[in-house]
Amino acid sequence: MSETLLELVEVHRRFTVSAGLFRGSRTLHAVNGVSLQLRRGEVLGLVGESGCGKSTLGRMLLGLLAVSSGEIRLEGRPLAATSTRDLARRVQPIFQDPYSSLNPRKTVGAIVGLPLAVHGIEADAGAQRKRVQETMERVGLPARFFHSYPNQLSGGQRQRVAVARALVMRPEIIICDEPTSALDVSVQSQILNLLEDMRREFDLTYLLISHNLAVVEHIATRVAVMYLGRIVEEADTAALFRAPRHPYTRALLASVLTPEPGLGVPDTHLGVSYPNPVDPPPGCTFHPRCGEAMPVCRERAPTALADARGRVECHLYANGVK
Amino acid sequence: MQVEGLRVDIPTPMGMLHAVRGVDLALEAGETLCLVGESGCGKSLSALALMGLLPRAARRSLSRFSFAGEDLQRAGERRMGDLRGNRIAMIFQEPMTSLNPSWSIGNQLEEGWLRHRGGSTALARERALHLLERVGITGATSRLGQYPHQLSGGLRQRVMIAMALMCEPALMIADEPTTALDVTVQAQILHLLKELQREFGMGLILITHDLGIVARVADRVAVMYAGEIVEQGPVARLFSHPSHPYTRGLLDCIPVPGRLAPGERLGTIPGVVSPPIGALHGCQFRNRCSEAEDACATRAFELRELSGGQRLRCRLAAT
Ligand SMILES: Nc1ncnc2c1ncn2[C@@H]1O[C@H](COP(=O)(O)OP(=O)(O)OP(=O)(O)O)[C@@H](O)[C@H]1O
Ligand SMILES: Nc1ncnc2c1ncn2[C@@H]1O[C@H](COP(=O)(O)OP(=O)(O)OP(=O)(O)O)[C@@H](O)[C@H]1O
Ligand code: SF4
Ligand SMILES: [Mg+2]
Ligand SMILES: [Mg+2]
Repeated sequence: MSETLLELVEVHRRFTVSAGLFRGSRTLHAVNGVSLQLRRGEVLGLVGESGCGKSTLGRMLLGLLAVSSGEIRLEGRPLAATSTRDLARRVQPIFQDPYSSLNPRKTVGAIVGLPLAVHGIEADAGAQRKRVQETMERVGLPARFFHSYPNQLSGGQRQRVAVARALVMRPEIIICDEPTSALDVSVQSQILNLLEDMRREFDLTYLLISHNLAVVEHIATRVAVMYLGRIVEEADTAALFRAPRHPYTRALLASVLTPEPGLGVPDTHLGVSYPNPVDPPPGCTFHPRCGEAMPVCRERAPTALADARGRVECHLYANGVK
Repeated sequence: MQVEGLRVDIPTPMGMLHAVRGVDLALEAGETLCLVGESGCGKSLSALALMGLLPRAARRSLSRFSFAGEDLQRAGERRMGDLRGNRIAMIFQEPMTSLNPSWSIGNQLEEGWLRHRGGSTALARERALHLLERVGITGATSRLGQYPHQLSGGLRQRVMIAMALMCEPALMIADEPTTALDVTVQAQILHLLKELQREFGMGLILITHDLGIVARVADRVAVMYAGEIVEQGPVARLFSHPSHPYTRGLLDCIPVPGRLAPGERLGTIPGVVSPPIGALHGCQFRNRCSEAEDACATRAFELRELSGGQRLRCRLAAT
C-alpha cells in the first residue's frame, strides 16, 4: 500500500445553527467521526448526497476550517502545527463555480499569481510573472489572457484559471470540490482531461468531491461514500462499482442514469423521508430509508467492517449477515 | 402540439441576438421530447416563447402554433393565461421564479385550480394533498402551511411538480427539473414523471443537458446548437447513429463506463459557441467542426430526412 499523505483521525465538525425564532440554537454535526486516508498518487473520489458534509471535510483538509475534535495529519504531522504557508505550498483547492470563485476585478495574471504574492514565494516580480505565465501555458491558457478579466473568458477558460491558480504553488495535493459541475459536458471533458494530464505530469494526489458518479468512476482510483457526516463505505473504484455493499451505495449507484436508451428510469426503492441533520435518526442514520433495515439498525450505530475489499459501516456486514 | 418556424430575437448592444432561429416541434399525447444542447443555445427561450412568457425585450415570431386542435398563433395574453397552469404547465429552471416566497405551499397549489376550475377551496385542498402525496411528500397535510424557504431543494422541486400537475395538464414543459438535485432524488422524480405521464397521457417536453437523462426518458430528441435544431430523431436512433458532428462530439465527451478505460482521455469539442448575433450565414458550428468544408461557411442547410425518422442539418446530409 502506498504512503499516506493526508490523514483524518476521528474528525468531527459541529456547527451551531439557529433552530428558528425563539427556539434557540442547536448543534449540527456536519462531519461526525471521519477517519480517512489520502495516499500518495491516488485520486480519491468522495461522493454522497447534498449536505452530507463533503465540502466541510474538504475545507478542513485545506486548513480553511478548524476541526471541532479529532486530528488531521499531513505526512504524520498535525495540520494544526503546520504554517499556512507550508500548507498552501502542499495542498491547494479547485472549487465548483468558476463564476464566483474568481475575483471579477482582478486580471487573470493577478489571480493566478495571488497565492505566490500572498505567501511570498517568488519575491522578484519578474520571476513571479514568469512562473504565472508558464503555469498558464501548461493549462492551455494563451499568454494574451494575462491581462484579461474573468468575465471576458468562457466557463472552461475560467476553470482553467482556477486550475492554474492551484498549480502555481506546485502543490502535491489538490482538493477538487465539484470542479466540473457548473460546466457543459463539452467543457467538462476538457477540464477532466487537463486534471488527468496535470496529475501525471506533476505526480499530484487528488481528493475529488463530485455528484457525478460517471466522472468519479472514470477518474478516481478509490471512492469513499459519505452519508450524514460519516464515511459509510470505502473501496477501490472498480470494486465499488462492480459490487457496492452498503445499501446507500447501492441505491446511489442504481440511480445513475447511464446514456443507454431503453433502460428507463430505475425505481430506487429509497424512502423519501430525508433525515434532518440537526436531529439525525438513532442507530444507523440511514435506517429510515433503508430497504434492508433490521431491528438492531434502529437501536445501535453499526461498527465498521474493514477487510480486503475496503471498509463498510452497516449491520448487514458487521453482524456477519452478509 | 405543433410548432413551426419559431424565432426569438433579442436586441443587444452588439446587435440583434437570434436566440431561437426557426425551430419546429411536434409532440403527440403521451410522448416525451427532450431538448438538449449546451448552455445558451436557446432551450429555455424556446420553452418560454411557447408559454407566452418571454422577457420583455424579446420578439417572437412563428408560422404555425397549434395545440389540441386550437390555433394559438395569434392567441393573446388572455387566452394564453387561460391555458397556462391549466392545459399547459411549466416547471421553470429557476425554482424560485414560480414559487411565491410569501405564500404558503397550500395556497400556491390551490390558486391555479381555483382560478381555472373554480369550485370550493375544500376540493382544491383535497387535490393538493393528493398530489403532494403522489410526488412523494410525506406528512403532506403539515406541509400545506409551510413556506417555500422552509423546504429543502428537493422538496421544493417536488412541490413545483405537484403545482404543475394540479389541473392535469395535457402538456408539461419541464426546464432542467432535476439539475439541482441529488442523483437519487433525480431518479425518483423522473420515475414519477414517467408514471404520471403513462396515467394521464400527458405530453412532456423535457429540457436538459444531461445525456443520461435524455437516453432514459425521451421518446424523441432534438439537439439544439446556437438557436437551431441541428439533429433530431427517435432516442435509440440518435444514440446508436449520432450523425451531426456536434451530436457525435457531445456523446464522445461524456465518460461512459466500459467504453473508455479509467483515466483515458475523453473526447472534446474544441473552441466555444459564437452567439448568433447579427447577420448569419453558413453553419454556426463550422469553426468547431472537424468535418467542415468551404460550403459550410456559405450555404444554409435545411433539416433533411435520413432513415429511421432521423433528421440532420449538415452538409453531410445535403448531397
Ligand atoms: N458555516 C456553516 N454553518 C452552519 N451549517 C453549516 C455550515 N457549513 C455547512 N453547514 C451544514 O453542514 C452540512 C454539510 O454541509 P456541506 O457543505 O459540507 O455539504 P456537502 O456534502 O458539500 O453538500 P453539497 O453536495 O450540497 O455541496 C449541511 O447540513 C450544511 O447545511
Ligand atoms: N432576457 C434576456 N436578455 C438578453 N439575452 C437573453 C435573455 N435571456 C436569454 N438571453 C440569451 O439568449 C440565449 C439563449 O438563452 P436560453 O436561456 O434560452 O439558453 P438555454 O439553452 O436555456 O441555456 P442553459 O442551458 O444555460 O439554461 C443566450 O445567449 C442568453 O444569453
Ligand atoms: S455543416 Fe459543416 S460545419 Fe456544420 S456540422 Fe456539418 S460538417 Fe460541420
Ligand atoms: Mg459541497
Ligand atoms: Mg435554460
